[in-house]
Parts: sequence; C-alpha cells; structure tokens
Amino acid sequence: MTDQRPRHLFVERQTYRRRRVQDAARFLPVLGIVLVMVPLLWAEGPEGVSMSNAIRYLFTLWAALVGAAMVLSLYLREEKSSESEDPPSPVDPGTD
Amino acid sequence: MSTLNLLIVVCMLYGLFLFFVAFAAERSARRGKGRWLRSPMVYTLSLSIYCTAWTFYGAVGYAARSGMEYVTIYLGPTIVMVGWWWVLRKLVRVGRTQRVTSIADLISSRFGKSNLLAVGVTILAVVAATPYIALQLQSVTLSFASFADAVGQPGQGGGERTSTAFWVAMGLALFTVLFGTRNLDANERHHGVVMAIAVEAVVKLTALLAVGIFVVWGLSGGVAETFARIDASQIGHWQMDGGRWAALTFLAGAAFLCLPRMFQVMVVENADEAHLRTASWAFPGYLLLMSLFVVPIAVMGLERLPEGSNPDLFVLTLPLAEGQTALAIFSFLGGFSSATSMVVVASLALATMVSNHMVMPLWLMWSGGRASVSGDVRHVVLLSRRLSIAGIVALGYIYYRASGGGEALAAIGLVSFAGVAQVLPVMIGGIYWRGATRIGALAGLTVGFGLWGYTLFLPSLGPGVILSQAVLDNGILGMVWLRPQALFGIEGIDPLVHAVFWSLLLNALTFFAVSLASFPTPLERLQGAQFVNVLQQAGSARSWSAGAAQAEDLMVMAQRILGAREAQAFFEQEAARQAGRAVRAGALPEPSPDFLQRLERELSGSVGAATAHAMVAQIVGGASVSVRELLAVADETAQMIEYSDRLQAQSKELAATAAKLREANDKLTRLSVQKDAFLSQISHELRTPMTSIRAFSEILRDTQDVSPEEQKKYSSIIHDESVRLTRLLDDLLDLSVLENGQVNLNIRRGSLRDALGKAVSAAVAGDETAHLQVHRVPDEEDQPLETDFDRLGQVFINLITNARKYCDAETPELTIRATAMSDGRVQVDFIDNGSGIPEEARDLIFEKFSRVSPQRAGGAGLGLSICRQIMERLGGAVDYIPSPRNAHFRVTLPMANPAETAHRKSMVTN
Repeated sequence: MTDQRPRHLFVERQTYRRRRVQDAARFLPVLGIVLVMVPLLWAEGPEGVSMSNAIRYLFTLWAALVGAAMVLSLYLREEKSSESEDPPSPVDPGTD
Repeated sequence: MSTLNLLIVVCMLYGLFLFFVAFAAERSARRGKGRWLRSPMVYTLSLSIYCTAWTFYGAVGYAARSGMEYVTIYLGPTIVMVGWWWVLRKLVRVGRTQRVTSIADLISSRFGKSNLLAVGVTILAVVAATPYIALQLQSVTLSFASFADAVGQPGQGGGERTSTAFWVAMGLALFTVLFGTRNLDANERHHGVVMAIAVEAVVKLTALLAVGIFVVWGLSGGVAETFARIDASQIGHWQMDGGRWAALTFLAGAAFLCLPRMFQVMVVENADEAHLRTASWAFPGYLLLMSLFVVPIAVMGLERLPEGSNPDLFVLTLPLAEGQTALAIFSFLGGFSSATSMVVVASLALATMVSNHMVMPLWLMWSGGRASVSGDVRHVVLLSRRLSIAGIVALGYIYYRASGGGEALAAIGLVSFAGVAQVLPVMIGGIYWRGATRIGALAGLTVGFGLWGYTLFLPSLGPGVILSQAVLDNGILGMVWLRPQALFGIEGIDPLVHAVFWSLLLNALTFFAVSLASFPTPLERLQGAQFVNVLQQAGSARSWSAGAAQAEDLMVMAQRILGAREAQAFFEQEAARQAGRAVRAGALPEPSPDFLQRLERELSGSVGAATAHAMVAQIVGGASVSVRELLAVADETAQMIEYSDRLQAQSKELAATAAKLREANDKLTRLSVQKDAFLSQISHELRTPMTSIRAFSEILRDTQDVSPEEQKKYSSIIHDESVRLTRLLDDLLDLSVLENGQVNLNIRRGSLRDALGKAVSAAVAGDETAHLQVHRVPDEEDQPLETDFDRLGQVFINLITNARKYCDAETPELTIRATAMSDGRVQVDFIDNGSGIPEEARDLIFEKFSRVSPQRAGGAGLGLSICRQIMERLGGAVDYIPSPRNAHFRVTLPMANPAETAHRKSMVTN
C-alpha cells in the first residue's frame, strides 16, 4: 500500500543541505584514509620519492584535512531530532 | 647559580605555577565563573595529553631511526578526529547520557553493568599503562640527567637518577590526589586538572615549535635549505614497511579512542558536545604543528651531534649543544609538561577505574548491607581513589626501577597502544550493534588480551624474563605453530604488525561469534538499546520500580557520596520538579522511579554505574530489572488483562440479563394482553351458553304450547350448553388442581403402545368428520411404562386432537414416533404436516388461556397448559420442537424400571 510510505519523500532545501554536509563529514575520514595510504605506492630507496617531497605531500594532505574539517564544522549542526525533520503532515484532504 | 640549579628552580616554579593554575580554576569553577574554563579551545588542548613525553622526545628519535613512520602515530588520531561524525559523536553522547566515568565503566554499563567486564578492562588498562607511566618517569629522569651532563655537572649516579624519578613521581601523585580527588563531582569533571593540562599543552607545543623554528631558521637558514639538508641526510629517502604504515596508523587511531586517559579527557571531561565540533579540526591542527618540525630537528641532530648520542633527546641536547640554555630549559619544560600531564590524567583515569570497579565493590561486599546506613561512603570513595592514584604511580615507579630504565622501555609505547586497542572491538560493537552480549565481550577481550600478552607484551620484556628463548624460537610446548611471533607458522611479519593483526582479528571474531551464539540478559538488552539508539532518543536507562524506598534513606546515602550540600540541592531540585513549583528548603521528593533513576545517574558519576546501581538497590531493595521483576511486571500486566477480560465478561452478562429481562417483560405484556383477551373471551364463552340456557328455559317456562319435539329440542340445547359449561369449569378446576400439586396419580404398569392406541382411537372416534391419518410404528412403541395412564392418555388425546383441529394441510396426517433414549427415558414425537405454530406464538402455547388462533377456537385454551402440568407431575415434559414446516410436539417421559418402582411411586404420588 502506498499509504504506508513516508508522507514526505523529499525534505526541505535546508534539511537537504544539512544532510549533505553530514554526508561530507562522513566521507572525509574515508578520503583521509585513502590519501594517507597513498605513500604505500611510492617507490623506495635512492631512486624513489625524496623525503622532502614525502614531507610536502603528507603535511599538505594533513593541512587540507584540517581545513576541510574546519569548514565542515562550521556547517555541521546537530539535528534537533531525527523525527521532526518533516513538517507536521497536513490534515488528510477528505475521504473518498 | 649554576644552570642545573636554575633548571631545578625553574622546574619547581613551573610546578608551583601549575598548582596555582589548577587551584585558580577550581576556585573560579566553584564560584560559578568557570564558563571560560570550559571553552572548546580548553577541550582541544586537554586532548593533547595524547602527546606524551614519548611523542615529545621520542618522535624525533623515531624519525632519526625510521624516517616518516612517526607520523602514523598522529595520522591515526587525525583521521579519527576528522571522522568524529562516525564514532566520537556517538561515544561522547553515550558517555554524557549514561554518566560514564571511564572506559571500563562504559563497557560494563553497556553489557548489563557487568562488574566482571569492568574489572577485566581495568586490569588490561593497568597492565598496558604501567610501563607507559614508567616511560614518562624515565623521560623526565633521562632529560634531567642529559641536561646535567651537557652543562658539565655530571657525576650523579644511578641513585640520583632514581631519586629524580622518585621526586617527580611523588609530586605527580600529590598533584593528582589534590586536584583529581578534590571532590566527588557528579559529572566527574576536574576543572583544575583540565586547566593545568591545557596550560601544559600550550607549553609543550610552543617549546617544540621554538626548538623547530630555531633549527629551521636559526641553524639551517630557511625552509629550502632545510629541505635540502633533509634530502641529503641518511633518512633522505622514502623507506617504509607498508604493513607497519597501515597497521600503525590504525593502531594509533584505535588507541586514541581506547586509551583510558584519552577517554577521560575526551568523553568524561567533555562539558559540551559542541566542543567536539571545534576539536574535530583544531586537534588535528595541534598534532600537525607538533609533528611539523620533527624531521628537521632529527636531521639537524644527526648532522650536528656526535655519533652515538641518543636521538630521543635531540630536542633537548641540540639547543644545549648550540649554547641556547634558555631554549633548552624551555624545551625541558615542554618534555616535563608532556610527561606530567600524561601521568596525572592516566593515573586519574586508572584510579577511577580501579576504585570504582575493584576497590568499591570489594568494600561494599565486605561491609555488607551497612554501606548506606553506617560509614561515610563519600570518604571511602575518596580514600580509595587517592590510594589508587598513589598505587598506580607507585606501580609505574616500581616498573621503572625494575626495568632499569633501559632502552627496552622506549619500545613500550606501541606495545601499550596495542594492549588498549583490544578494547576497540567491544567498544565499537557495543555502541553500534545491539546483538553484542556480555559473554561475547568477555570472550573477545580475553582472547585479545591473551594474544596481545603472548605475542607482544611478554616477548617485549625480552627473552628469559617470562617467556624463555626456547618458547620464542620453538613455540610453547614445542608446538612450532604457536611461536609467539609467528603464529600459525606465518613468519617474516613485523612482530608488532603480527601481534596487532592476530590479536585484534581473533578478538573481534570471538566477540562476534560468541555474541551471536549467546543470549543477553534483560538489563543487557535494555542497555544495548540505550547505547545503540543514543542519537535517536535521550531515553532512560532503566526504571526503578518505586518500592519501599525511603526518601530519607536515599538522602542519607546521597549525602555521603555527593556531599551534604550537593545532595540537598539535588533533592530540593527534584522535589521542585515533582511539585512543579518551588518548594521549601529541605523538602524531599517522592521516591518515584524517575527520581531514583536520576539519583542513580548522579551517583554513578561519583562511584561508577555498577556501584551506584548496587547502592540504590540496597535501599530500594532488589536490582531494578532482574528477571524476577520483569516477570512480576509481566504478571501484573497479565492480571490487568485478566481483570479487563472479567469486566468485559461481566458487562456482556449484564447485557444478556438485560436482554432476558426485556424478553420477560415483553412476554408479561403479551400475557397480560392475552389474559385480558381471554377474560373477555371466557366471559363471552360463559355468557353464550348461559344466554341460550336462560332463553330456552324461559321459553319452556313461559310458553304454554310447546310441542314435545320442541321441548325435547330445547332441553337438549340447554343440556348441551350446560355440558359445555361444565367442561369449561372442569378444565379450569383440573388445571388449578394440577398447579397446586394436589393431584392423585394412579400409577400402573403398562405399555406405551396401549396408551397411544387408546388415545388415537378416542381422539379420532370422537369426531365423525375427521379425516386425519395417523401413522404409527408399533415396534418402536413397545416400551414399558409405569405411570398414570389416564393422565398420560389425556395428554396424548390433547395432542392428537390439536393436530386434528389445527392442522391446515389438504390431507392432514400425523406421525407418531417413539424413541428410547440412553438415559432411561422415552421420547414420543407428534409431527403433523401442517404449517406449524407461528414463531411469535411458540413461547406462549403452554401458557394458560392461550390460543393460537382464536377464530378457530374449539376449547378454552387450557389444553396444552394442562398437558404440561400433567407431564411435570409424571416426571416428564412436553415441548414444542421448533421446525419451519410442521408442528412438532415432543413428549418425554421416564421408562419403567422394576427396581425403582416402589420408590418412584411414593415420590411421584406425593
């Protein structure tokens, strides 16, 4: 029965934005792990990546993570309650 | 003043300064001005106890030996912090809503307040942390000694070094006891301690940055030159064991979550969840700054310092060698700060665990039921916590002395990380998976702890200490596949990676499998739901059934734990909450479940969840959600259901009675109408013959010339009418006699066939116009009877006559069937082929004065009534069997029983 589905399939623009920011917050550590593991691919030894480049890469990545987390933290707000996302449902328009 | 003395003085002043900071913070918090103490920045800085002396000094040494591997120790926590939305947010929420006091408390609370689990986690934490504390003491001692060496005042032997460690340990224990157990705050927050470690965080960061800036711009001459030097140095090329890189990053992240001291500052001391938002980027930033200059310092140390100098002390010895004494002293303070803040928080966190989960339960058990009645619990808790702090610091000191302060200690950092990381599967499982059970957690932790000890911790002590070289080479009992550093014969892996992999894998697998196979207790399931769904709702942990709990008793106990003023304030606030308005001072709240639950949470902030639960249980009586109580609740519910069922049944009964009463009323009304009708009828019936009799007798009396024929005719009319009157009166008399039970029965033996035969011939013979056909089955009728055959015949005749009179079929037929019943009775059915009796008249036909169709009335409407009376007298019955098509009367009467003849006779004739 279609009636059992949530009344509001789509949320308001603001709520939508907030949820996407949360998605970004969830994704950031995943991205971080992947990028932190990039050095595993590097060639070692004298012909490989030099230490200064390694430092540059890692600290740039690190600073970028800090910056991204900072930007996200400005937009991340706890939702008041997961139930009150949808506005109160309007009265059923008549019966038929 | 010599440099060394200057260092000592500076150290003393610094220590005093920290005491002062802590004291000032406590004071302003007490005066309610402590809002600034709880800013997001202070929270972030307090997290910096992650950076211990091991990282302050050791990171440079680590970099000098293994290049960039040291950053994994910081990258793991960075990822955890950046990903706070996944785990930390939930962890902090759980910690706040459940008033968790330590990581052991969290695990215990999640798994049904199991103290066994708490004890297990506590032991694990103490075992893992003791060498770590020893490491901090060592670093202070070493740095002090190398400072002394460098400024040319050597000569302090080993005794001096151990005494340094001793005095540092004493000072730290004193500080922790003073500010860590100053009060038993319900929130278990220590403003003084947090403020002091925040200050220390700033000191160690600026110290390291100062040394770094000095190295890069002072010694190297700029960023570009520094990079050039790095590339030219012996660690100038990327060298990395991939397994270690990944494993260490993971391990650092895990330890960041599980280290008791991290849990203390991150979850327990958290004042506002929003602080986490700031810390999510600020703390990684702090870590970034902490590790920014590590490689330059290491490279410069390798370049400038003599061969063989300890790279772990480059941070200190490099400025010293360059003659920057002030910078060196600052650097020393940085290292000192790292060491002391770690020892303070670690010993505080561990002492809380030891005291709440080991000392207090033991004390409660030992003191029996007197806990809440006599003895100052508050005092005991504080004392046990202070002793625990002293004990833990002492343990670290003893370990330091026993291990000889050698290089072996340096490796202990990662070993310790791997130890506490064993809590990770249980912790994550506990807050994300409702199916996690206590047994599963116990099994997982045991396996993880055991494997960690066997594969990492014991071998790390060196061969021959506990594990012999033979065991290391050939496995335990000579089983090669059980070699501690090559389990299952898989060799060639780095020992740390090997241990982390196997211990955490098997730990998690065991936890998962045993959880799947076991069944949680009700309290575990409640707590599990609370923990896992913490972000959806801020519900209650469990409810107390308000029993005989006395508010006064609770007050007395709460005073002992929380302190008199705090307890009174709490109780007044609760009373006000219950009353919905302000109450007078000293008012006590009702011991409602709601209140008990809040009180328990309040207490659990001081003594831990399990102990608080036990203490409230002592007063209220019985643990809140034992299976028994759940069953009682279920019983109560069942009783209520039963009660409501009964009410429903009663109301149904009432409805049925009302319906019956209505029916009876209808019947009475109809009877009354019928009686009225019959009275007028009978008056009419009596009047008609009387009128004829009067008229004809007057004719006979007054008319002279009446012919003999006429005379005969008239007198026979008079006679007939008199007979009719007599019959009517006879019937009425008969009925009256029967009803009053004054009838004499003439009991004889005979057969049903004879009775029926006589009745049929009498009834049919009486009317010449009759063409009623009577069908009988003589064989069936062969039943012996012992009854009054005259009366029985009267009944049969009445029934047959009725059929004759009222059957409206074209060719009226009457079927008479006799059936012997198993209960010694015989049924005689009279079924005609007429249309039967209308439904509305059926329940009236046996009443007196009743006639179904007045217009066809031949009698007075007393026949069936008389029949019923007769049959009752004869011990039988006559009924109308409802049937849609034909009239069906059934006579039931007892068969003759030779043995009971005499008895029956006397009974029936009475």
